[in-house]
Amino acid sequence: MLLRHTPKEVTERSALTINPAKTCQPVGAMYAALGIHGCLPHSHGSQGCYAYHRSALTRHFKEPVIAATSAFTEGSSVFGGQANLLQAIDNIFTVYNPDIIAVHTTCLSETIGDDIPQIISKAKAEGKVPDGKYVIHANTPSYVGSHVTGFSTMTRAMVDYFAESSGHKTKTLNLIPGYSEPSDMEEIRRIASLMGIQTIMFPDTSRVLNGPLTGKYRMFPDGGVTIPELRQAGSSMGTVALGALASSAAAKALDAKCKVPCEILDLPMGLHGTDMYVDILRRIAGVNVPDSLTLERGQLVDVISDMHQYFYGKKVALAGDPDQLLAIAKFLVSIDMIPVYMVTGTPAGKKFEKALREVVKDAPCEVKIQMPGDMFLLHQWIKQSPVDLLIGNSYLKYIAKDEDIPLVRHGFPIFDRIGHSYFPTMGYKGGLRFLEKILDALLDRKDRDATDINMELVM
Amino acid sequence: MDALEDIVLEAEGLTPEKVKLEMLAKYPTKVARKRARQIVINKVGETGDVPEIQANVRTTPGLIGQRGCCYAGCKGVVLGPSRDIVNITHGPIGCGFYSWLTRRNQTDADASPDGHNFMTYCFSTDMQEKEIIFGGEKKLKQAIQEAYDLLDPKPKAIGVFATCPVGLIGDDVHSVCKEMKEKLGINVFGFSCEGYKGVSQSAGHHIANNGIFTHVVGTDDTIREGKFKINLLGEYNIGGDAFELERIFEKCGLTLISTFSGNSTISGFANCHTADLNLIMCHRSINYVADMLEKKYGLPWIKINFISASATAKSLRKIAAYFGDPELTARVEAVIAEEMPAVEKARDEIYPRTQGKRVMLFVGGSRAHHYQDLFRELGMTTLSAGYEFGHRDDYEGRNVLPSIQVDADSRNIQELEVHPDPEKYNPRKSPDEMERLTREGLPFNKYDGMMPEMPDDTMIIDDLSQYETDKLIELYKPDIFCAGIKEKYIVQKHGIPMKQLHSYDYGGPYAGFKGAVNFYKDIDRMVNSKIWSYMKAPWQKNPELMATYAWE
Ligand code: SF4
Ligand code: SF4
Repeated sequence: MLLRHTPKEVTERSALTINPAKTCQPVGAMYAALGIHGCLPHSHGSQGCYAYHRSALTRHFKEPVIAATSAFTEGSSVFGGQANLLQAIDNIFTVYNPDIIAVHTTCLSETIGDDIPQIISKAKAEGKVPDGKYVIHANTPSYVGSHVTGFSTMTRAMVDYFAESSGHKTKTLNLIPGYSEPSDMEEIRRIASLMGIQTIMFPDTSRVLNGPLTGKYRMFPDGGVTIPELRQAGSSMGTVALGALASSAAAKALDAKCKVPCEILDLPMGLHGTDMYVDILRRIAGVNVPDSLTLERGQLVDVISDMHQYFYGKKVALAGDPDQLLAIAKFLVSIDMIPVYMVTGTPAGKKFEKALREVVKDAPCEVKIQMPGDMFLLHQWIKQSPVDLLIGNSYLKYIAKDEDIPLVRHGFPIFDRIGHSYFPTMGYKGGLRFLEKILDALLDRKDRDATDINMELVM
Repeated sequence: MDALEDIVLEAEGLTPEKVKLEMLAKYPTKVARKRARQIVINKVGETGDVPEIQANVRTTPGLIGQRGCCYAGCKGVVLGPSRDIVNITHGPIGCGFYSWLTRRNQTDADASPDGHNFMTYCFSTDMQEKEIIFGGEKKLKQAIQEAYDLLDPKPKAIGVFATCPVGLIGDDVHSVCKEMKEKLGINVFGFSCEGYKGVSQSAGHHIANNGIFTHVVGTDDTIREGKFKINLLGEYNIGGDAFELERIFEKCGLTLISTFSGNSTISGFANCHTADLNLIMCHRSINYVADMLEKKYGLPWIKINFISASATAKSLRKIAAYFGDPELTARVEAVIAEEMPAVEKARDEIYPRTQGKRVMLFVGGSRAHHYQDLFRELGMTTLSAGYEFGHRDDYEGRNVLPSIQVDADSRNIQELEVHPDPEKYNPRKSPDEMERLTREGLPFNKYDGMMPEMPDDTMIIDDLSQYETDKLIELYKPDIFCAGIKEKYIVQKHGIPMKQLHSYDYGGPYAGFKGAVNFYKDIDRMVNSKIWSYMKAPWQKNPELMATYAWE
């Protein structure tokens, strides 16, 4: 047994987190910053944090993940990290020449209380920031929130630093894709462009973290939202923010700063989630939905109906980020699966929990939700009463193996499979892929468990 | 030593000196000056003397390198692989999360009678703002209590690891641990391994060594059976390396008392002072424990290396020489004779395909050295190498130890004062015997470092930066590059195969005899793969279009 010390009986814990269903803010900030074209994320703290964050993202994407660090020593921890950050900015522009450095803080620099905007001003005053180059920042103390918070804060910083209103609105729509995969970001934009809508999407990690192998390494790949685009986002006719927790801060900031109105939706996962997204796009932009998209929708409905018997009544345990949990739970309920256990390490607030409970209110059995909760607790619940399927990141495979339950990998991090960077789980096509993954897991299991007598060829 | 045979570069007018200058040219003056001392062109003198390299110094902010932090060295590297210690990270969630199962230290829990294995778990106090403001000791105490109450069966040891903010807010992990140790009646010990300490993981190794030595080593005097008792230090069982070594030891009739810390248990540490010889694999991460064991208990240590078949054979012979027992010597020889043919067969088959290929290694604090032996067996040349967190002695040899200046960053890492134990100190060999063995070619407490074994004109680079990585690859176009996960896909985007020498790319084992064969095969696969030729599409190779397509 891999997790041999996990008891079935749940006891109250107030201090010890075991097998967390979240990680820390900076990794989310780093991920968001990689979605700016020509950007070098910078971790203001000691070098362990950035080493860990780069490693985690590298393992997840199997792609170069570049970032720098202020490399605090014990001295900087006492006197503050100003000298380190100034030196870092100078070195980075001299040696690596990015268009922009996106600084995020760490527990260390936050506990010290370094004032990043003041340090950036100083760097500018000292001529360390070349003309036409930028340094932005986000405060990401890891003792608050989670990696989702870090993503949200860095995305908001893009608005705070760049968005400006030109005085008249363009026909462009802003998209904030949430903490999603490069492939999902691509899909979110593809849907809008199928509808003939011009968009600015930020952040955008597609073609940054799913790039080609050409034999030429480029530290700053083609992808990413550009600074002119971020500026123009302040003149767009509106913003569609996907995933409230990861995206609404930026959307609301844009509204407050540049009077760009916003709609905040769930992540467009599954039939209804995508319907909502497409319908909002249609109404905001005043366009018709093209037949090609309606066809994609129809195909998804078709598969749901074809395979409904395999979904119906299946119990699922989920661990992941709040925006994803909500969207996936809705999708599962829509196809008559039952999300019976859900945990996220991210503190998402009472309102979110209420929304999630609302989704499962008609479930035919008790549904357990804990937030913040961890995978240890999830495992204990499963030991008490098993489920048919697990959905979550790679760490769930330890539970999956011990309890012999099929697992569909989704979320962050996925260290042991590929696909998430290339094939979306959002949109109608993504919904189809998600169902395919669920079916593969369930039916492979059915085949494995079949006796010689009841093995089925056709399913 | 002969100059680097590979003169391709010189033909292109690229001498190592020029490469070095080109690398430094881009840096701001101050940085260039510092890096100039960390980039050294090797020259081995008559007596094995080598040029001085600057190492174990601060990373330059903004330069982008490979290093991690003190916590990673302490919790991640040294303590992480011990299966029966509940390791609680005291701090915000990230540090604990990232060090959760990511180093692939394998362990065989069913080999311990109690079957304890907490390595698959991540325990953290997940500090919140409240604790940052008001202190986290209460939460830590409670967390230790909960771990004890809840885990089934109950743990017998709990380790606590401090991360960056803990030191700043002044939580005293040691007093909390002491209190809980008394309360729970199990071993509870803490490590002040805040990430900002020292200049790399190396500080964390040292802190881990100190802590384990203080709190665990020597607490169990049980004399275990066995004629030739050894400890293996600095072997972390990545990809099952330790299992292969255990297999070989058993075959040779050697009794392994403890390993620091691959496939290890706390009882092994507690009992390790009862062994008769310490074998040091990764000198950097563990030499402190070896030194302390010698001072307190009289156990001598020798440097060995089980990476490569020839190094393994040589190391086994050293062990046999130490014990000086004819039966053991005969058995060791028999094992070598039995194991080598399969290794040689594999090597002979692969050698023609790997011979002459060129390699670069930038990793860790010993692997960049050890793996050169394996590459040498494949006829491959090391063009350039360096450590991520090595010290001068790892490069130039321990004879430079007296001349290493302790700087502000290292001064704060405690040096334990260790004295002979009044009861348990027992020198295993008399000074005369030690001297004789040294004379006969078994030096004690000696490590010559990486540089004396490397050809002249190779570039030795400490704490390699991203910029230098890219430059090295552009200029030298090596056939394979070895480093860690962060470098993996960057190097491969250059079109050069990249071998991870921390995680082995999820393969291995690479140690010992069977490990060598695995490595030969993996390297053959990588440097001779056709996949590196796929990068250009047909239309990129032949872009011209005819006016009209010539149908067949
Ligand atoms: S939790 Fe804090 S100290 Fe730990 S890795 Fe994250 S930012 Fe760094
Ligand atoms: S140098 Fe080691 S990573 Fe490398 S093996 Fe030693 S402690 Fe590590």
